[in-house]
Amino acid sequence: MSLSRQEKIRNFSIIAHIDHGKSTLADRMIQKSGLLTEREMQEQVLDNMELERERGITIKAQAVRLVYKNSDDEEYILNLIDTPGHVDFNYEVSRSLAACDGAVLVVDAAQGVEAQTLANVYLALDNELEVIPVINKIDLPSAEPERVKDEIEDIIGLDAQNAPLISAKADINIDEVFEKVIKEIPSPKGDETAPLKALIFDSFYDAYKGVIVFMRIFDGTVKKGTKIKFMATEKEFETVEVGFFGPGRFIPCDELKAGEVGYLTASIKNVSDTRIGDTVTEAQRPTENALSGYKKVNPMVYCGIFPADGAKYQDLRDALEKLQLNDASLQFEPETSVALGFGFRCGFLGLLHLEIVQERLEREYNLDLVTTAPSVIYKIYMTNGDMINLSNPSDMPDPSVILKMEEPVVSAEIILPSDYIGTVMELCQQRRGEYIGMDYLEQTRAVLKYNLPLNEIIYDFFDVLKSRTRGYASFDYELKGYQEAKLVKLDMLVNREVVDALSFIVHEQNAADRGRKMAEKLKKEIPRHLFEIPIQAAIGNKIIARETVSAMRKDVLAKCYGGDITRKRKLLEKQKEGKKRMRQIGSVEVPQSAFMSVLKLDDE
Amino acid sequence: MDYSENNDLSLYIHVPFCASKCLYCDFLSFSDKNAYFEDYKKAVINEIKSFTNKQKYKVNTIFIGGGTPSLMSENFICDILECIYNNFHITNNAEITIETNPVTVDKKKANCFKKAGINRVSIGLQAWQNHILKIIGRIHTRDQFLECFNIMRNAGFDNINIDIMFSLPKQSENDWEETVENILVLEPEHVSAYSLIIEEKTPFYKLYEENKLDVVSDDIDRNMYEFVKKKLKENGYIHYEISNFAKNGFECRHNIVYWKRKEYAGFGLGAHSFINGKRYSNTINIDEYIKFNYIAETEKIGLRDSYAEFMFLGLRMIEGIERKSFKNEFGIDIDNVYKNEIEKNIKNGLLTDKNGVIKLTNKGIDLSNVVFAEFL
Repeated sequence: MSLSRQEKIRNFSIIAHIDHGKSTLADRMIQKSGLLTEREMQEQVLDNMELERERGITIKAQAVRLVYKNSDDEEYILNLIDTPGHVDFNYEVSRSLAACDGAVLVVDAAQGVEAQTLANVYLALDNELEVIPVINKIDLPSAEPERVKDEIEDIIGLDAQNAPLISAKADINIDEVFEKVIKEIPSPKGDETAPLKALIFDSFYDAYKGVIVFMRIFDGTVKKGTKIKFMATEKEFETVEVGFFGPGRFIPCDELKAGEVGYLTASIKNVSDTRIGDTVTEAQRPTENALSGYKKVNPMVYCGIFPADGAKYQDLRDALEKLQLNDASLQFEPETSVALGFGFRCGFLGLLHLEIVQERLEREYNLDLVTTAPSVIYKIYMTNGDMINLSNPSDMPDPSVILKMEEPVVSAEIILPSDYIGTVMELCQQRRGEYIGMDYLEQTRAVLKYNLPLNEIIYDFFDVLKSRTRGYASFDYELKGYQEAKLVKLDMLVNREVVDALSFIVHEQNAADRGRKMAEKLKKEIPRHLFEIPIQAAIGNKIIARETVSAMRKDVLAKCYGGDITRKRKLLEKQKEGKKRMRQIGSVEVPQSAFMSVLKLDDE
Repeated sequence: MDYSENNDLSLYIHVPFCASKCLYCDFLSFSDKNAYFEDYKKAVINEIKSFTNKQKYKVNTIFIGGGTPSLMSENFICDILECIYNNFHITNNAEITIETNPVTVDKKKANCFKKAGINRVSIGLQAWQNHILKIIGRIHTRDQFLECFNIMRNAGFDNINIDIMFSLPKQSENDWEETVENILVLEPEHVSAYSLIIEEKTPFYKLYEENKLDVVSDDIDRNMYEFVKKKLKENGYIHYEISNFAKNGFECRHNIVYWKRKEYAGFGLGAHSFINGKRYSNTINIDEYIKFNYIAETEKIGLRDSYAEFMFLGLRMIEGIERKSFKNEFGIDIDNVYKNEIEKNIKNGLLTDKNGVIKLTNKGIDLSNVVFAEFL
């Protein structure tokens, strides 16, 4: 008996810890499915952004359609939906998973289950997905598949006894993965005649086609000319093109029906009209209920981004606008700083998101940037009854009109080898963490639970955690809510002038320590001048730390370099150029790097 | 072109070979290309011969620098000098200098140099202490330097420079004072005292980057500089350029040509010339050079850059710049170009402007790059 259309479709994703081999397995499956010749095979087809490849992580979800002939000689369509791999993009991950019916869980045969794996497995289970464990890298000498099987059963509670033992890299047992996917993941069961109901799991802006919306069709059919409506944004468009995802390219088709995964274009100019998690339906015949789980994502971390060269302000605006086309969660608005001139206050999902945007601006748009210390949003309750959301320390009102302040707090989970529990607890304590509890996952691994103020982890928490645990800890957090805290604004004064771009908000008890470290850092960054420069940290009028950059004593070229006068001239020109690139604070020239270096206040 | 008037010219010959490279040195020099000696000599001789308008000039100074010219055979040096003598008009009292390193010169070589017309030698000592010599990658000891100095004196050289360096790694203020005091005993006519510069692309730079180099603080560096200035002055030397000191009448005329923006022709690998307002630089590729492909770059110095050069070179001379010499050179009053810059530097205590002479103050010498950069 031949199978129905939907019975031959499987929609799934691959879940893995960062280096457990997700991309390699995806590549191998693409290659095995025969849609791609060896020659077309890029090293990692799914991760097609340069930046991602270097970081080894996937930022934007993407999808690929595989055609696989199984052992019964039946041809199946397998839609593999890729997921981003970082806590900043938790929501995107959850929407990608919601588009699937099952997931392949890849676990490294040597490393075992890691924190990040856990977080995503829970997301998958929350979405009621069938999870198929697969043990990868069994060709490694250090592989312990039996131990890892037990671990999967003990920690996650999945039956792993029949998990395929594979090596994506060495091409061992990949067919078993296909067979499992076909056998164990349920096929979609939508109604293709019902009103259209499709889930957006990604979208991006294309200069020719406008926004390309990636979606999973749950019910109904969409084709060229279908008038569609995005239910959350209530925007309506007429479909121009539909299609599915070939490896590395889009393949247009006549229509997409219930159960399928594909894309549509509709001359949409703004990516923020097509929010991830929103439901696409027909404008004339809307579905009754939108798919559940949609939420609007809000930035958690803010910082100022300024062009190193003031003349590049417009270029920076253009670049941010272009990035925003593809990244609805990036927010920005103009900001003016006395020290840094014109720039933008930008909002991000988290620190990684911030770093990625910053790197893309620098790399893809060739901009030289100065970034100010990241800040969270504080709630300030005023004596006159008003409440302000404060994301820029410079805007903090005078303490005399503030009734109380609240800061965002996250609930954090740190999974780590038990040897490091002491040092990590000490770190959390230093960062004003509130201990919630600890569970042993197995004899040598534990999960520590803390409530941590967000502003304590946006500086260098990851770095310090990594160095204290030699990279063995993993960290996951979600916003818990706001709580009252005694917060103060710390100002830095260079030669007795406040440098607004260096001001930040800090807990009272940490202010002196932070101020001292900032002053020490600045002392190292500010070159000697002809005169002595005091560097001070202050809360209001009270100076809490001071360093001094002593006057310059020597700046002289001893040698004459033969008759090479051009070389001398170029050296002097470089010196003059360097001065030009500095920021003038009163009569003091401060290098751009000073603004950045204070962001990294190492604890060790 | 006016052939009747004999223009002053200085000649520089570059010898890019050393027995081994010192760890701080970024000069163009090789320690592994001895096989090139003969071809290199031929190429230099050919370059000298092919210099145009030779008859237009009279040559006042010749400087054979390197590298280590004294590493070369007597013939190498003498053949090149002979070629110069055959092709250029050399004035009677021309200053002819060779740079030397201890160990590379014996009595016979020294006598030969003298006979070939060389009348000034510069000896690289750098430091008096053997352990410091070792740290900076010198191949000689203090005793070998003394032997070299004596050989030169005995060969009849009565104009000798000694190169010394301060702010070397592991060098204490005591070490530096010992170095200065000991060379004074020898009564050299000229002393060059250089503060170490950690140049990119040197082994020292790499160590510096890795935080493995004992760097002397700026404060100690300036103490050392103050000491050498004071000590040499007490002993009758004139401090005439930032790093150079001489007994009266023994100032290095060749280097003064550079500071005063006079014309010079450089021969050899990577050598520089300044003729007719243009700066030329030779190729730094030795394989190209020995194929007689000499000039790599020509740069016409515009008016603005010429002003700047005049200032940042001229101010290196301790006597300073005469206002009228600027006017003679460019036909314009210096205030029309640099009034603000001069005033700013006077205000900062880095320059003085008295009796028609603009010069660096002591503080201005220490911070001379700050001053010079203003004139660009």
